Amino acid sequence: MIEWTGSNAIWIAMALPLLAVFWVFLFGNVPNLREAGSIVVSIVLFCVNVSLSKLVFRGGRPEFSFGEMLPGFELNFVVEPLGMVFALVASGLWVLTTIYAIGYMRGHHESNQTRFFACFAAAIFAAMAAAFAGNLFTLFIAYEIMTVSTYPLVTHHGDAKAKAGGRMYLGILLSTSIAFFMFAIVWTWQLAGTTDFREGGILSQAFEENRISSVLLAVLLGLFAYGIGKAALMPIHRWLPAAMVAPTPVSALLHAVAVVKVGVFSVLKVAVYIFGIDLLADTGASEWLCYVAGATILLGSLVAMTKDNLKARLAYSTVSQLAYITLGAALATPASVVGGGMHIAMHAVGKITLFFCAGAIYVGAHKTDISDMRGLGRAMPFTFGAFLLAAISIIGLPPGGGSWSKWFLAVGTVDRGMYFLTATLMVSSLLNIAYLVPIPVRAFLTPAGQEPMKINEAPLMCVVPLCITAVGSVLLFFFANEIYSVLEPIVGVQPDPS
Amino acid sequence: MIDIYSQLPILLIAIPLFAAPVCVLLGGRWLTYLLSVVVCGTTFAISIGLMQQVIKYGPIHYEIGNWKPPYGIEYVVDGLSGFVMMFVSALAAIVLLYGKPSIDAEIPRSKHYLFYASYLLCMTGLLGMCITGDLFNVFVFLEISSLSSYALISLGRTRRAPLAALQYLILGTIGATFFLIGIGLLYQMTGTLNMSDIANRLDTETGPRTLLVAFGFMTVGLFVKMAVFPLHSWLPNAYTYAPSVVTAFVAATATKVSVYAFIRLVFGIFKPEFAFEQMPLGTLLLTLSLVGIFIASTAAIFQDDVKRLLAYSSIAQIGYMLLGIGMATTDSLTAGIVHMFNHALIKGGLFMVVGCFVLRLGSSRLSDWRGAAKTMPLTSLAWAIGGLGLIGVPMTAGFVSKWLLLTSAFESNHQLVAGMMLVSSLLAVVYVWRVVETLYFSEQPSAAAKEASEAPVWMLVPMYAVIFAVLVFGVWTQFSAGLAAEAAQSLLPLDLVPTAPTVSPGGTP
Repeated sequence: MIEWTGSNAIWIAMALPLLAVFWVFLFGNVPNLREAGSIVVSIVLFCVNVSLSKLVFRGGRPEFSFGEMLPGFELNFVVEPLGMVFALVASGLWVLTTIYAIGYMRGHHESNQTRFFACFAAAIFAAMAAAFAGNLFTLFIAYEIMTVSTYPLVTHHGDAKAKAGGRMYLGILLSTSIAFFMFAIVWTWQLAGTTDFREGGILSQAFEENRISSVLLAVLLGLFAYGIGKAALMPIHRWLPAAMVAPTPVSALLHAVAVVKVGVFSVLKVAVYIFGIDLLADTGASEWLCYVAGATILLGSLVAMTKDNLKARLAYSTVSQLAYITLGAALATPASVVGGGMHIAMHAVGKITLFFCAGAIYVGAHKTDISDMRGLGRAMPFTFGAFLLAAISIIGLPPGGGSWSKWFLAVGTVDRGMYFLTATLMVSSLLNIAYLVPIPVRAFLTPAGQEPMKINEAPLMCVVPLCITAVGSVLLFFFANEIYSVLEPIVGVQPDPS
Repeated sequence: MIDIYSQLPILLIAIPLFAAPVCVLLGGRWLTYLLSVVVCGTTFAISIGLMQQVIKYGPIHYEIGNWKPPYGIEYVVDGLSGFVMMFVSALAAIVLLYGKPSIDAEIPRSKHYLFYASYLLCMTGLLGMCITGDLFNVFVFLEISSLSSYALISLGRTRRAPLAALQYLILGTIGATFFLIGIGLLYQMTGTLNMSDIANRLDTETGPRTLLVAFGFMTVGLFVKMAVFPLHSWLPNAYTYAPSVVTAFVAATATKVSVYAFIRLVFGIFKPEFAFEQMPLGTLLLTLSLVGIFIASTAAIFQDDVKRLLAYSSIAQIGYMLLGIGMATTDSLTAGIVHMFNHALIKGGLFMVVGCFVLRLGSSRLSDWRGAAKTMPLTSLAWAIGGLGLIGVPMTAGFVSKWLLLTSAFESNHQLVAGMMLVSSLLAVVYVWRVVETLYFSEQPSAAAKEASEAPVWMLVPMYAVIFAVLVFGVWTQFSAGLAAEAAQSLLPLDLVPTAPTVSPGGTP
């Protein structure tokens, strides 16, 4: 029997999605069995993560190592709070997305469903491996597996548009990671002699010994920030809108949760555990990144306003919201880093709801453009109701979970005396209102067009998950304190042992 | 009673060498094929046995006919030569196992027995270059492998094949002659041909000018055989017009064995201090390989013929191996040697994929491959996996060598080289993915692709064995990187270039 310890839980959590991959291939011809396997595995995975989280949030740091893969580079996994929160969010939403995907893919008669579900599970495997990665080397490997395993999902439809989108997706993500991320990792290794994630960072010694100047630190941070292309910092954000050619469940889980969150999660981890927020704050190496992130926040929102296609608008909204988290890392204050970590969870739940709604509207009403959605609210009350709740959370208004994370980020800008960025955050929230709220409002309040209404809600398999996540985004508002306290240790605050 | 184990070094050469004329005598198609497969398999088994002995008891010295070196010819199997021989014989066996349908389709039946004879001779030559400890013997085996590869290339289907073979023959002969001139000069200076004996007698610090000339001639001669930019012009045509099986075998092995000979020359015969401090070999190698990597990778992007595309990619990949040699640290040499092995697997595997497509689609032109993923899903997937290896995505063999090369570049303060190397590998993304997109996302499948069926199982199984090995050696690095590290350690125990004055390069404790 395998003893139930933290380190066993780590490899089990990574093995489960792989098991799902094999299961899906094995029963590729029996759709019901195939999907049942996916659901069961996703639920078990979530339970494993929950039990692991109890240990981690009490201050435990379970470890698991596959040993040295290359001289000096270990394939090593250590669970810390930030990764645990990310793993919980990703695996929890995987359960709902699987259910949703079944409704969507069947309701839509999509082809190649076996490949779809297999790649999906493989991407979750990569997300788990990234969440638990104990050093940069391991993180890099997980990061690249995620890029490659999601490529078939992005190009699912196999037409010219999918090909162009896939090319942009793979081209940007692969080339930035190879050219910048890998370079930055080896540079870090040369400076610090290790790539382990350690509390307080590993680069401060090299800086004190004058082996790297503060300018070069800023360059190294830049290599990380742009090498981790999944964080979608402008101007390398183009892959994200391009990837929206994928079926909606893919956009929902991967491009609102797993893929993009691996990006910003990695940026946060690099800032906290490689540089250390004190080093970043003292040297000012991350100051430029604050402004780039601020610009991305505004520009992303502005571009989102111009998009009539709902998924494209959500994509640019994601670009903007991801930059909040990058900003949290770049500000390098305790409040901003914890706020950034919270925003990973808040934005994930909110944005996945919005994507679920977009997919449900497509399945139920076959509409993709916002201008065509007038009056739809009466035919699809649950979908648009959920949309409104999630939108409130994304904007950062109470009672949406997003209000807390944005609050802490704003506190961070004030702590650093960057009032210009505080104003940016406020303006961006107004822009969020402008591009999100009119969609459900028009759907409910304006009368429908001339065509007779024969539109109903999407299948239950689609509607139930999106209602759950919408309620979740509101519930997070009330449980924000819990998330805050579990994330506090990453900036050096010891957890309450009780 | 002769102990068979002690005779393995000579059997490794003798068995394929004598099997070749037997093939000619036997004639026919099946019998010669079976004989060749058995011989290649035996050779592989022998090389494994030799490697095991080396790991257990250290280098093997075998005196042919009991003539004591330096008078007689000595065969030496050490960590490096054993490692190279192992993957050369493995790929020779597996390519042959895979190739029967392709050989039947691409080579006139009347010439099959000649093909098998040349194939065995070529393998003999390559293994001989690795195993022999005698410098003149290296030349002899180099010529055996070269002459037989000219013959193999000229067997191609089109009339361009003989022309490509002739082009290779002219350049290859010039290269071999240069090498021979170098040997002559060394012999004149030392009076011996045994490599370790030459190394002992050669006074590289205060020796005569002749030394420089000899080194120059031998280096340039091997540069031609390795297809180092700008002496690569024979390679694209040779790889493109040769039969697919020949391309798979030659591309996977021949250039790597020349790289092996070059490593021996630089580190074994001449001393590394001579090559890198008295001669500007480091600068020369780094410059040539970086320029070559960029030019050849860019050229690969614009090829329509996939064989030619891979040929240019091979020229670029040789550059990565030479980067490892050129940085002249133990770690970088390790990376270079690992890349020899990994690239042999990756390129061998990819050319095997090409062979499957050529068999079913009748052409290696990319325009004829449009939409082939629908009818040949397994072969297409193999391309995608092998291609990821070529790019160097984690969990593939290509990543291992790239990572080792990168870390060693940082250690020896070659940050610029590291950066250029990474940027250049992006070009590989482009040329690999062009093919993937053509296979998977073509709106209008080509006529051939519509009617094609999946490649025969007999080809798929060995092909996937190689592709699978690309994945295995991307995770299990103890074997490849471990053996390479030991070999590099024995060749270059101390780094020449002082490592970066930073922390100990051990990484995590």
